[in-house]
Amino acid sequence: MADVVARDLTLSTAHRRLTMQKFVRRKSTIAFFMCLPLILVVACLVVYPAFYSISLAMMNKSMQHFVGFGNFAFLLKRNTFWMVVEQTVLFAVTAVIFKALIGFIAAHFVHNLPAKGQRKWRGMLLIPWVIPPAMSTLAWFWLFDPSYSAFNWVFAQLGIPQVAWLGNPYWARFAVILVNVWVGSPFFLIMYLAALKSVPEQLHEAAMIDGASWWQKIWYINLPMMSNIIQITALFSLIVTFANFDIVKILTNGGPVDQTHVFATWAFNWAISGNDIPLGASVSLFMAPILALAAVLILRNVRQRGNEA
Amino acid sequence: MTTAIADAGHTPGVRYGSISQGRRRTLYWSYFFLILFVIVFLTPPVYMFITSLKSSAEISAASNPWWVYNPTLSNYADLLTQKTYLIFFRNSAVVSLCVVTITMLISVLAAFSPRMKFWGSATLATGVFLAYLIPDTLVFIPLFKTFAFIHDKRGIELINHWWVLIILLPTLTVPFCTWIMIGYFASIPKELDEAALIDGAVYPDADKIFIPVALPGIIAAMIFCFTVSWANFLYGLAFTTSADQLTLPVGIVTTLIRGDVYAWGQIMTGALLGAAPPLIIYAFLMDYYIAGLTAGATKG
Repeated sequence: MADVVARDLTLSTAHRRLTMQKFVRRKSTIAFFMCLPLILVVACLVVYPAFYSISLAMMNKSMQHFVGFGNFAFLLKRNTFWMVVEQTVLFAVTAVIFKALIGFIAAHFVHNLPAKGQRKWRGMLLIPWVIPPAMSTLAWFWLFDPSYSAFNWVFAQLGIPQVAWLGNPYWARFAVILVNVWVGSPFFLIMYLAALKSVPEQLHEAAMIDGASWWQKIWYINLPMMSNIIQITALFSLIVTFANFDIVKILTNGGPVDQTHVFATWAFNWAISGNDIPLGASVSLFMAPILALAAVLILRNVRQRGNEA
Repeated sequence: MTTAIADAGHTPGVRYGSISQGRRRTLYWSYFFLILFVIVFLTPPVYMFITSLKSSAEISAASNPWWVYNPTLSNYADLLTQKTYLIFFRNSAVVSLCVVTITMLISVLAAFSPRMKFWGSATLATGVFLAYLIPDTLVFIPLFKTFAFIHDKRGIELINHWWVLIILLPTLTVPFCTWIMIGYFASIPKELDEAALIDGAVYPDADKIFIPVALPGIIAAMIFCFTVSWANFLYGLAFTTSADQLTLPVGIVTTLIRGDVYAWGQIMTGALLGAAPPLIIYAFLMDYYIAGLTAGATKG
């Protein structure tokens, strides 16, 4: 086939093809150079530190000797470490579940509104996500203040006993999760609303003719249609929540008695406040396996989605 | 809805009527719950605003904390004439603007390259994505150590300077913005590039055709870049300590909260003013914001 075509080629088209080839080759070179700054930044400021932290984690406190897995062994023997593991998992999983639930429910409510009015509500509901978390956490901190808590004032008016929001370990755990859910749900709301809009209206019409209830429509139509975005969003959020720093640092700084520490804040306290960089690095490295798992799952989901499309 | 179906057996007229009735009911319930959601979602910022209008005397009084009896702007006046606070603001502004510029230069170029189908474009997208998933809480310790090492070897002091954040923050913004833009650019039909090529355009011209179409994606990435660098707390807290080197979030948390004497009126004012720039940008460019948000994860 190619021979037949080649025989018919005039000199000029052959020439043009040659320059095209050269052009393509040049194009990929340009493309590579366009990516070069990105590759450099990622290599120097993300990949290199990620690997450097592994070698750091194997040093002693003064960073003079190689201690192998000594730091990890030291951590595994400490009760506080296991408490941090427990709290981080509890914090991340509970927060993501509630963010997803609230986002899912709120997205349906917004979706029920006439199209004109949606923008306004969406705009208001996204505000918690736009405020820098450090700033909004300060507001929460003030709402939870031991002597001037505005929540406790309302409780007092209603005759409900006062709550030591940040003083009691259980309430403190509740508080950090609550603030995280408050910050993160709007993100879920927006993602799920976008997913909801992509569910074909005909499916709902067909279901209505078949006599499906609103619950059946959500369960048998919306949920399966949205499942991919639900998963991707939840996994994204799991990574971010798992590595959360701002909220816990400002709200409780790990207290009372280290009950609310997550990996990031505990690592910070070791490395920066406690001046033990290797131990801090080894604490933060414990985040890596879970992050890697979530990353693999997201990539699989994204690919799947690409294949379906 | 169920009543609508139950009535369906009778007359067509009734059926239509009750469907719309059912719809109206869902609408009312939706409004009811959305109002509840909005109240919960907006309580902290509103409470920030309420507290910012109070004097210290009123804050420590046992009166209703949800109401302002003697509104005063003294907190705003105090804060905006305080040199340290203005320095925080300036540091944050300069850092964020520089980071936005640097990030956009790097990211737009890189996000555009997969459209040229070069040999590494698929790997590039995955790599950017993975880099985006590495959190700042994992890399700040080794970076801190690296900077200390540079100081020991070369004598360049990188720690405790506000401008070091301009080097650090791209670790977050570059992968994130590139990822958003790759997603957005991928939704622009390839035919556009090809049409430009057939028309005899060389690459710079293709950019002229491509960039205007891609502009919403670029604006969204810029907004995110600004928001991320403005809001970042960890790097500032770890790498800067002197009062004149702090950015806004770190400055408010570390210097306005002095021991046990909490000047809550000022803290809330500071936090509210600190939240203002992202909020103002969001108010004006909400649609870009939302487009970028959904492009990041859905169009991968």
